[in-house]
Amino acid sequence: MSDVFLNNKFVGTVKKPEEFVDRIVSERRMGKLPITANVMFNQKTDEVRVEISGGRAVKPLIVVSDGKPLLTNKHLDQLEKNEITWTDLVKQGVIDYLDALEEENALIAFKEEELTPDHTHLEVSPLDIVGLTTALVPFGNFNHGVRLSQGSKNQKQAIGFYVANYFNRMDMDVNLLHYPQYPISSTLIHETLEYEKHPSGQNVVVAVMSYQGYNMEDAIVINKGSVDRGMGRSTYYRPVISEELRYSGGLIDEVSIPDKDVKGFRSENDYRLLEDDGIIYPEAAVKEGDVIIGKSSPPRFLSSLDEYNLTSSSRRESSMALKHGEKGIVDFVTITENSEGNKLIQVRLRDQRIPEIGDKFTSRHGQKGVISIIVPEEDIPFTASGTRPDIIFSPHGIPSRMTMAHMIELLASKTGALAGRRINATLFDSEKEVDLRKELLSLGFMENGTETMYNGITGERYKAKIYVGSMYYLKLKHMVANKVHSRARGPIQLLTRQPTEGRANEGGLRLGEMEKDTFVAHGTSLLLKERFDADKTIVPVCEDCGVIAVYDGRKEQSFCPICGENTEVSNIEISYAFKLILDELKALTVYPKLGLEGKY
Amino acid sequence: MTKQFKQYEDKIPEKILEEVKEHLPAKCSEAKVKKILEAVYSEYRRSLAQPGESVGLVGAESIGEPGTQMTLNTFHFAGVSELNVTTGLPRLIEILDGRKNINTKMMEVYLKKPYSTGKNIKKLAENMKETTLQAFLQEISINIANLQMTILMKKSKLKNAGLTEEKATKILSKTFKKFKFKKQKDYSIIVTSNSKDEALNEIYKLKEKIKDAFISGVKGITQVLPVKRGEEYLIVTAGSNLKEILKKEYVDTTRTVSNDLFEIEGMLGVEATRQIIINEVLKVLDAQGINIDIRHIMLVADAMCMSGKVMGINRYGIVKEKPSVLARASFETPINHVINAALTGEVDYLNSVIENVMMNQLVPVGTGLPGLVTKTK
Repeated sequence: MSDVFLNNKFVGTVKKPEEFVDRIVSERRMGKLPITANVMFNQKTDEVRVEISGGRAVKPLIVVSDGKPLLTNKHLDQLEKNEITWTDLVKQGVIDYLDALEEENALIAFKEEELTPDHTHLEVSPLDIVGLTTALVPFGNFNHGVRLSQGSKNQKQAIGFYVANYFNRMDMDVNLLHYPQYPISSTLIHETLEYEKHPSGQNVVVAVMSYQGYNMEDAIVINKGSVDRGMGRSTYYRPVISEELRYSGGLIDEVSIPDKDVKGFRSENDYRLLEDDGIIYPEAAVKEGDVIIGKSSPPRFLSSLDEYNLTSSSRRESSMALKHGEKGIVDFVTITENSEGNKLIQVRLRDQRIPEIGDKFTSRHGQKGVISIIVPEEDIPFTASGTRPDIIFSPHGIPSRMTMAHMIELLASKTGALAGRRINATLFDSEKEVDLRKELLSLGFMENGTETMYNGITGERYKAKIYVGSMYYLKLKHMVANKVHSRARGPIQLLTRQPTEGRANEGGLRLGEMEKDTFVAHGTSLLLKERFDADKTIVPVCEDCGVIAVYDGRKEQSFCPICGENTEVSNIEISYAFKLILDELKALTVYPKLGLEGKY
Repeated sequence: MTKQFKQYEDKIPEKILEEVKEHLPAKCSEAKVKKILEAVYSEYRRSLAQPGESVGLVGAESIGEPGTQMTLNTFHFAGVSELNVTTGLPRLIEILDGRKNINTKMMEVYLKKPYSTGKNIKKLAENMKETTLQAFLQEISINIANLQMTILMKKSKLKNAGLTEEKATKILSKTFKKFKFKKQKDYSIIVTSNSKDEALNEIYKLKEKIKDAFISGVKGITQVLPVKRGEEYLIVTAGSNLKEILKKEYVDTTRTVSNDLFEIEGMLGVEATRQIIINEVLKVLDAQGINIDIRHIMLVADAMCMSGKVMGINRYGIVKEKPSVLARASFETPINHVINAALTGEVDYLNSVIENVMMNQLVPVGTGLPGLVTKTK
């Protein structure tokens, strides 16, 4: 007697568990049970587990009986002629959907040739063992597993032509690649996804060699000529959105050029690009500090009496302006109403991004790298035919990472580019390297993909033959223009008088706890103090009661709030943060007394 | 020659001088000895920490940095064959935190001369192990009519442990005073309850309890493992009971150690504990293939044993002993420290690093330490 569980709940027992399981499976294939019903018999625990619950991942497989797949050539013919569809196959019981549970008891053949009478299922395609983006890696089955998944992760960050109606959209933080191309080495998945409608990279000529040490540590060297011709060029779109909010008491935000008596009025110059309606005009070039949408809000609190006084405006400035380091051109302006009936203004900014030092590029094999130098075209090495590579990639990236597909793609795409055809690079089903080499040889090139190259600077021939070919390269969305940041002096926080945090606020780079320790460990006491001088202040202290005294600017002398004027007051230099904590302690009714002493 | 050594007696530590003496070639001219001693002296001077050197922080960084590499291969158990031992970062944390209850207590029991040759070592080891009645039990049955329980023990096992039924009966009647134990002629032991009302009930309860009754060996030692180290045999144990082990006449009391800091502290004092801390930390680091200068670890051990009792490096131990309120408040539970300081009117003399960093003053370390004094006319 075996226990039977339905959706992990005990429902009864059966005498012959194998027969019971077989019956469930056959009834599912006949369509009497839902196709997602799965069943497993566990011999060890003598349990039958039936699952019809939701939320399980299931995988389609071809049913095999007696070592023969149920999917026949007849089916394939019918499919091709559109006489039947996938659903028909499922209905006929040719396709099973297995979940992780039922897979335990199944023996699944990877390829048709491997079928034995013991097999219960056959993979629809060997490609099925990887996911959608992973299947976009050409010759992926030649790669190390880790690199394969890294390569597919990188593809998700690639800049491409993501939608055709981008002009009508107000997407946040979006990049569009100029001149996107379809990869020469493509897989079946590229075809099924209609990748030509939304490509995300370009076919470039890659030479695998070093260039004056500039491509150390995964850096890549790129050709200035290629950049000038538009390689890796993209546009960055960013919306600025503002809404006329309604507040209690019938008060409302107002989109307009703020009056001069508005609290927090910026300089006249900052509003210069606004039209009469308080909104910027299209094609205006804007830089940091420029107001995009002028707006003023009603006072925050209606507590103090004078704010009821309508004669003097006490509105607050709440315009949308560009933050530190931002720039662009106004691309598109919409004025509309949102679901609450409030006026909504959306402005889209555009900024052209030409590849520069620090921009991140990758092939489809997890071989990412950052531009380290843009070399004038005349200095780039060239082949006998005069071809100059767009990208020079370091050979040191290959041995440790074992990305064989990277090498094969280079050779395959070179063949494809020269023969004027696309290369099938589907995982487990790609064109053979041997055939590609033969074809390359017949095209008049070295069969191993290498070529004689000449130093672009001196014109000398390199002793080594250089592995050069074509590859599909992706520009990733991480660009220096969004990340560079430095600061010498700048804004500070109101409360602590310490530098602000973050790039958008022109903040400082924190010297943290552990970094501080290194100063102490070196015994560089004075340097450490100077490093933390950002919030130093000079504070008068009463020597009698140890409390912070007050400086009276009119009398040009300090007095103690406790002891009065007839007391010794000295100035000391401390960090403002320390003064703050003393004040906070006082607020907690703790009296911190400063005892002063001579310095020596 | 001795004359020259005498010259350096108060300049170079004794131990270094001894080492130099040992390594001197048999024949060595006076001049050469002088040169050697000079070189040793300058080398010794060079390796001393300078005044104002932040030894503590350098030590912390020197242990901390390799420690980050260690986190990756944490929870990796390296066993002394059958024994499962806490190693790696968890063990290091255990030692430095000064934990009272450590995960795997262990002892290394060294033996005196005739025993250390390995003769009968297995038997010695077995006798050390804590053994309960369970191990000797052949059968245990209850006679309901007579309100009795009969215990039958395995002869061979008893013999191995150097016990007889009489002895076992004595031990049992000592541990369970509510019951009467009587040895029969057929070597079984009959148990009867002293209380009359619930005799059967009591005996029933006893049946399970008695199986865990301690019979022989040393309490707390769960596993024993004889190991050959170099030429001599010793016994590694899981579980530790230094007090009982040191009573055994065959144990070399000068070398036998436990890895439990507090047991060592109780038995052998704080100086021994300091050495154990150093040894245990080094053991962990060696196993991980990390090389840290021993002086950093010695400093940590010194700090932990400074007050005469072992303190962990945490807010209940070392940090609690810091004289500065601000320093303590900057490390966990600041509110408690501020409140208590306010209640007792504590004064912070700003003598260490953290307080001065907080106030943005010169830290009294390195270049911030010395003051300049000049004579005025």
